[in-house]
Amino acid sequence: MTARDLIPIAVLTVLAALLPLVVTSSLVLNFLVFMLIVALGAQGWNILGGFGGQFSFGHAAFFGTGAYVTAILQLRYGVNAWAGLVLAVAAGAAVGWVIGFLSFRSRLRGSYFALVTLAFAEVFRIIANAASFTGGAAGLLIKLDVRAANLQFDDRAVFYWLVLAFVVSVLLLTRWIQRSRFGAQLVAVRENEDAAKALGVNALTVKLRAIALSGGVTALSGCLYAQYFLYIDANIAYGSWISVELLLAPIIGGVGTVFGPVVGALTLHGLGEVAKQFAGRIPGIDLIVFGGVLVLAVAFARGGILGLLERLRDRGRGMVTRGPKEVSHAGR
Amino acid sequence: MLAVDGVSKRFGGLMAVDGATLALQPGGIVGLIGPNGAGKTTLFSMISGFVAPTDGRIRFEGTDITAEEPHRRAERGIGRTFQIVQPFAGLTVCENIAVGAYLRHAKRADATAKARDVARRVGLGSELDRPAGGLTVAGRKRLELARALATEPKLLLLDEVLAGLNPSEIRDIIPVIRGIRDEGVTILMIEHVMQAVMNLCERVYVLAQGRMIAEGPPAVVCADTRVIEAYLGHGAAARLKAEGAVHG
Repeated sequence: MTARDLIPIAVLTVLAALLPLVVTSSLVLNFLVFMLIVALGAQGWNILGGFGGQFSFGHAAFFGTGAYVTAILQLRYGVNAWAGLVLAVAAGAAVGWVIGFLSFRSRLRGSYFALVTLAFAEVFRIIANAASFTGGAAGLLIKLDVRAANLQFDDRAVFYWLVLAFVVSVLLLTRWIQRSRFGAQLVAVRENEDAAKALGVNALTVKLRAIALSGGVTALSGCLYAQYFLYIDANIAYGSWISVELLLAPIIGGVGTVFGPVVGALTLHGLGEVAKQFAGRIPGIDLIVFGGVLVLAVAFARGGILGLLERLRDRGRGMVTRGPKEVSHAGR
Repeated sequence: MLAVDGVSKRFGGLMAVDGATLALQPGGIVGLIGPNGAGKTTLFSMISGFVAPTDGRIRFEGTDITAEEPHRRAERGIGRTFQIVQPFAGLTVCENIAVGAYLRHAKRADATAKARDVARRVGLGSELDRPAGGLTVAGRKRLELARALATEPKLLLLDEVLAGLNPSEIRDIIPVIRGIRDEGVTILMIEHVMQAVMNLCERVYVLAQGRMIAEGPPAVVCADTRVIEAYLGHGAAARLKAEGAVHG
């Protein structure tokens, strides 16, 4: 990685870190923390879906695993919350590897892979809803005990900075992927698996690494969700709402890009909040906005917001010959 | 270096390749010709590991590789191009070739340097930053060649790299292929462009309806009765000879 690769990330980090000093409204901070948690989970989805081209419709499986592992470890085994966080990430990666092994071994691709991930997430949801170990339908309540050692903070801004630190770490991780052999092989598998194999790429290993990383990152976001709201149940942690959120954000922002998931999460939730402010009495107005934005993105901006910006920039330079990034997304 | 021993492939009721045997010594260019549907590409796919043979064995440098995955064979030094070009359309030319270069160079800088080097050799030096999807047919063929070369193969399987090119493009690419041979890479090529086969190959194998029907220097093989009949139908050789006598 060169300095030029890191400057945009550094600038964004500084700006985002200064935000709580300006904005003190707890309502806005709440929104920002939730938005960043979604962005983090979406970053996880983007590693597998964006770079690897394996579209998952069931990232709730990882989000929920992260949330439940951290909650259960604290409640039932008295494990420290920070250790719980580490184990939650490990569990997410392990679940990812297992789901990946079962589906990639059977050569599932495209919509078949998407359906299988959806099925896994639903099975987890039903089990978590039924088993007493996971608190059943009543869910799990993490005991309120505000101490840094418990990953609970008096000041919302501190939690914001913590989530931001993780988001930035994953931005760096994604940038590294983009610049590494692993990333080149992952993108090659996305573009054409047979051609990649002929060039010596072990497609199965590459995809398994991607889904394990993806699962780990998304589990981290689930774990942070549980720590922030201190309550989870099966329909929150393993619900299909989160699977949809996690894939919408990168698609809107720019699939397979470093900043896409963050830009997408910010746009979606920003517009959703604005819509709620103006039409607060209509329930589900934010979801209608999500749908509308998705339709617009699919129709006019295949590469998401970042793809659109790049195209406008290229057009501005009069680079007609250099086609937009669109090519890479048209096939998927 | 490569020994294909009685290899067969059955697709349902169709015997695509039927007991084909082929042996390559290191160095040189060997051609694989035959009418359409003879099973040439299927044989290539079995050598490179994309299709598992129904019967027979394939050995590379003395090791039995019949059951190995394609990526393992690439690591051993078997490179291939595809008849239907398979570029990574969303990536640039340089990134495309770098995927191949990463096989032997773990670092990005090394892989990129290798990719640029290979691109120059096949005549893509000025297209490095263009998206691969925007290349012409001739450009894509060169890209196929470049990616395979970037894996630093010992044996290169070329599946109709000249098909779809015009005569001047063919003239341009023939020295490139010869240059690859001169660096010590063994080449096995499927080709329909006979001018190129005659020009490049020291030896050719002829596959017809899944069977190896002839083998030898190109000039000898092309005069072989069985080869002429495989292309033109039964009795064609005798008719040609008779017509030749009349006109001659």
